[in-house]
Amino acid sequence: MANFLFYFFALLALVSAALVVVSKNPVNAALGLLLSLVGVAGLFVLLNAALLAFVLLLVYAGAVVALFLFIIMLLDTRPEQSKPLPRMTLIAATLGGALLVVGVLSLNQRAALSAGGAAVTGPTLKHYAEQLFTTYLLPVQLVGFLLLIAMLGVIVLSKKSDQAEETP
Amino acid sequence: MIVDLPHYLLLSAVLFVLGFFGVLLRKNTLVIYMCLELMLIAATIALAAFSHFNDTLDGNVFVFFILTIAAAEVAVGLAIIVALFRQRGTVQVEALNHLQH
Repeated sequence: MANFLFYFFALLALVSAALVVVSKNPVNAALGLLLSLVGVAGLFVLLNAALLAFVLLLVYAGAVVALFLFIIMLLDTRPEQSKPLPRMTLIAATLGGALLVVGVLSLNQRAALSAGGAAVTGPTLKHYAEQLFTTYLLPVQLVGFLLLIAMLGVIVLSKKSDQAEETP
Repeated sequence: MIVDLPHYLLLSAVLFVLGFFGVLLRKNTLVIYMCLELMLIAATIALAAFSHFNDTLDGNVFVFFILTIAAAEVAVGLAIIVALFRQRGTVQVEALNHLQH
């Protein structure tokens, strides 16, 4: 049963990720991203991290994808016309793809990743809280500071463009 | 055939490759941004899988940080894209070549 669920969610994530990459319409791409996130959230549940799945759906599906859709509605949504790619891009794509294929193959064949005994019961919120407020206290503070800086940056960015429109 | 750590790593690698090619091949800045998010998500799958199969919590905590930073990144990036659209009137990357040469 767990195997079937893994393959189901993996297929969902991969197919909708491919939809993000190939679809001409940005709205379809955003909805594909949403479906892919649902698949990944299912995988997190299978990995005994139900809290992470919850946070992923809340933050990504709830906030990030909605933000993407808002911006798509604000900007032009004309489907992009397919032009032939420049040669350098094709060469870079081939090289990068070949490197990644080699990396994945060697990972699967050579690396002896011995999996330890998986925990039977997943970590609860208490375990996360203990980790976050003892071992990772400094990163938590730094991430909070980063969020503050990001908020200030967004305010400054949107304000500046308003003034640039008014001055000329 | 039991689903094991290499399965999750392979899935994460394939998802990362999909996002990578999306960034490389697409022309719309918004779609490029979505593909960047796909690459971040692929990394979180690998972290959660390592954390689960090695019976630790560190990977999961790092997934928390990645989610936070991705949210901040999306907010700033989309603000930049909107400001760019106001200045130039387009979000297609081949039209945004004013820094070339």
